[in-house]
Amino acid sequence: MGNTRESMKEVAVDIVNLTKCYGDFTALSDVSLDIRDNEFFTLLGPSGCGKTTLLRTVAGFENVTEGAILLYGEDIANLPPNKRPVNTVFQQYALFPHMDVMQNVLFGLLRLGQDAASARARVGEVLEMVQLGGFAHRLPGQLSGGQQQRVALARALAPNPKVLLLDEPLSALDLKLRQAVRLELQQLQRDTGITFIFVTHDQEEALTMSDRIAVIAEGRVQQVGTARDIYEAPINKFVADFIGETNLIMVQVLGLADGNATCLLPGGGKCTCPAAQGAIAGEGHISVRPERVGFAEPDAGVMSGQVARLVYLGTDMHVDVTLVDGETITVRTQNSTGSYIPPVGENVGLTFEQGAARLLVD
Amino acid sequence: MARNNDMRWFPGFSVTTLLCLFLLYAPLIIVAVYSFNDSKSITNWGGFSLRWYADVFWGVEAPRFRAAAINSFIIAISAAITSTIIATMAATAMLRAGRFRGKTFSFALINLPLMVPEIVTAVASLIFFSAIGFTTGILTILIAHIVFCIPFAYLPIAARMQGIDDLYEQAAMDLYATRLQTFRLILLPLMAPGIISGFLLAFIISLDDFIITNFVKGAGIETLPTAIFGSVKQGIKPNIMAISTLLLAVSVVFVTLSWLVGRIGQKQQQTATNGGE
Amino acid sequence: MVAGIENNNSSNTSTYAGLGSLLILPTWLVIGFFLVLPVLMMLVYSFLTKEFRGGVIWEFSLAAYDQFFFDRGLFGDEPPKIEWTYIIIFWRSIWLAAVATFLCLLVGFPTAWFIATRSGPNKSLWLFLITIPYWVNLLIRTISMKFLIRDTGPLNEWLLAAGVIPEPIHMINTNFAVQLGLFYSYLPFMVLPIYAAVERYNFAYSEAAADLYAGRWATLRKIILPIVKPGIIAGCILVFVPSLGAFLAPDLLGGAKNFMIGSLIEEQFKGNAGNWPFGAAAAMILLSMVLIVLTFYARQQMKQGKR
Repeated sequence: MGNTRESMKEVAVDIVNLTKCYGDFTALSDVSLDIRDNEFFTLLGPSGCGKTTLLRTVAGFENVTEGAILLYGEDIANLPPNKRPVNTVFQQYALFPHMDVMQNVLFGLLRLGQDAASARARVGEVLEMVQLGGFAHRLPGQLSGGQQQRVALARALAPNPKVLLLDEPLSALDLKLRQAVRLELQQLQRDTGITFIFVTHDQEEALTMSDRIAVIAEGRVQQVGTARDIYEAPINKFVADFIGETNLIMVQVLGLADGNATCLLPGGGKCTCPAAQGAIAGEGHISVRPERVGFAEPDAGVMSGQVARLVYLGTDMHVDVTLVDGETITVRTQNSTGSYIPPVGENVGLTFEQGAARLLVD
Repeated sequence: MARNNDMRWFPGFSVTTLLCLFLLYAPLIIVAVYSFNDSKSITNWGGFSLRWYADVFWGVEAPRFRAAAINSFIIAISAAITSTIIATMAATAMLRAGRFRGKTFSFALINLPLMVPEIVTAVASLIFFSAIGFTTGILTILIAHIVFCIPFAYLPIAARMQGIDDLYEQAAMDLYATRLQTFRLILLPLMAPGIISGFLLAFIISLDDFIITNFVKGAGIETLPTAIFGSVKQGIKPNIMAISTLLLAVSVVFVTLSWLVGRIGQKQQQTATNGGE
Repeated sequence: MVAGIENNNSSNTSTYAGLGSLLILPTWLVIGFFLVLPVLMMLVYSFLTKEFRGGVIWEFSLAAYDQFFFDRGLFGDEPPKIEWTYIIIFWRSIWLAAVATFLCLLVGFPTAWFIATRSGPNKSLWLFLITIPYWVNLLIRTISMKFLIRDTGPLNEWLLAAGVIPEPIHMINTNFAVQLGLFYSYLPFMVLPIYAAVERYNFAYSEAAADLYAGRWATLRKIILPIVKPGIIAGCILVFVPSLGAFLAPDLLGGAKNFMIGSLIEEQFKGNAGNWPFGAAAAMILLSMVLIVLTFYARQQMKQGKR
């Protein structure tokens, strides 16, 4: 998988062969992940893929059907949530509506038995950290969405948890605010040094904030890696398609050697490209990002076709090219005077940049 | 305005509503008005007077009414407290304890007192108490009242609890609260409006009951409704109208309180849900 | 907050998992011991021998049910004929309750609809006005009605004074008075469940129907009534069931001649008849009828749920 680089850091959360079933429905199936100390780790996937369930098993809100969850080496799978030194920032914040900001943030500290004076000092500190120093005596209902989000964050950070769990905490905010908070969250993670496990369905959020990302679909971990790993070296069709835009082209794999594959493209052209670990010979798919396909004279590229449609995107232009077998390849070119944009109906050849194509696991 | 384009509007519905309210209120208002009538022949208006209220408190029947009122309030308060506690526990079990054995059956059981006709409950209670040799008296009335107050207390409490997102409790557990602390610090304060509503309604229901009380009360023990019923058997006297008006006022005050508490609860919930948007 | 609602419905919410049985225990004890058990004992009593002037003798007997359905003459030695007295009382009760239900529906539906279509604080106020009579002592409401319609009551006095009628209309102690009393007693019970159903009704359906050329009344018949039907059925049951077993309305407004089931039963325990097994049997028959209605309702509900 993506764990090619040896990690120097300790493992914070080790999820071992975790399975979670609700009756007949398997929400998580044999999930194994290791999340390192002081890491900003993101669980990314479409809704219903099991990412929130995974987070909730770590928090302790869901029982584990099979498997173990180790927190710094200690199995916590059977501990109730109030015995786990992890805290959660909930999607809808779940700020206690009958308590003011101070009481909300104090809550966890007092339950841990901290004395009132030092707990209050800690609350002040944390509220400063999230820039809400003057709001201690407001009720949650009197705060804006962004402020509530910060209080939720402060409340979860105050007890200084070993791991902070964030369940789509930005999804209730509007777009502009979301972008600002992203940077703050990342900064906060660096400053506090707490391990963050962040759940989102928003790939942009995941790519911009995370140290590493686990892509999850249908209750299984598809791929784990850095943002660059996942975007540039997707392991299978799901990951390639889910992250960014891509062309999936059906090919015949003629040979596999040293992690490179020789593929027969539709129309008879051949190309040699890196193969994902686990890819096999025979029928397969390669992924090529639209921005890494270029134009050539007809019959000069690896494939050829006819321009079917131009889609204007502002900075860029999408050119849809219909291949001889009827498939469509999208080419993304910059809308600048220097770039060549063929008119509709033109016959063109297509070229792949070096290393652009990649053979996937089906 | 083209009111007729509004598909919510139907001809005659507003008139029917007014008629409905008129029908419901007219007898009550007339009795309330005539309770201030200074005349022995109770239908002819003889001027405004409080003499029948004085009669209720200091007249011939006053000691009987006073004793009945004391019984009524003792029973209503005790029944309301007990049934509210039982109903709160039941609601927590039904809505916050996941699955357990006999859950569906429990739901039917809670609602059973609402489904069995009052007269049947009354007969069954009388037979039961006499069969086990339980001396009928204030305690039998109290027990019977607790039974039928449970569903009335349960309804607003459960409705309120259902409206409270369990996320708050999860957040509390996440912040190291034990289950008891979670209940005391989070669920209970958030549920308070529902619990108060449940208590008030149970109180009113107990205070109002006639049929069951009439069956299970022992000789010589009266509650306000049975005392009033006893007097009415000899004809509607003006002091009955005065005492009816007083009871009416108590009901209205309690329902109003319950309504206000419910509204505060609703507002709280709304600000908690939509806050900051 | 969608997640929370889902959780509640799927009963996944389990902050107090494992404590369910303990928390429900008081309910089980109280209702089981003081309602279920008594009803079972009542069933037993209906098969016992009556003791003169109240109470029972612990000897099995079908006399109570026999008395209810069959007439064996003054000395009990004639061949059995059908005894119509009690069947007629039951039949009259069913009829009065059914008519009361129909009248309540006739007034209650428009009222519920009207209130549900108000907006903002107005709606809340209307609803409050309807709720108050719902919680006012039934005894007091019945006494008020009795006072109003007496021969010398305000209604007759005013009509006489206005010259509308030459002499007082005799209403008290008639079937009409009982009917009016039942209607008046249980009218709020009809309004509230229908209101709740209309409140959930999405008015876009009405607009869609109008857009598709349905008139107002066609929309009511084809769209609104089918959709709010569960509320209407609930309201009808809430009126019909207590009307069937009503005691106060027939007793205070109907007098001695206009018996209903409730008065019949009461007489066996509190009145002069003093026949406990017979009273228990009559109560059992009433309970069975109510259970049939409720079973019908539950099946309707299940059908609704399946849809």
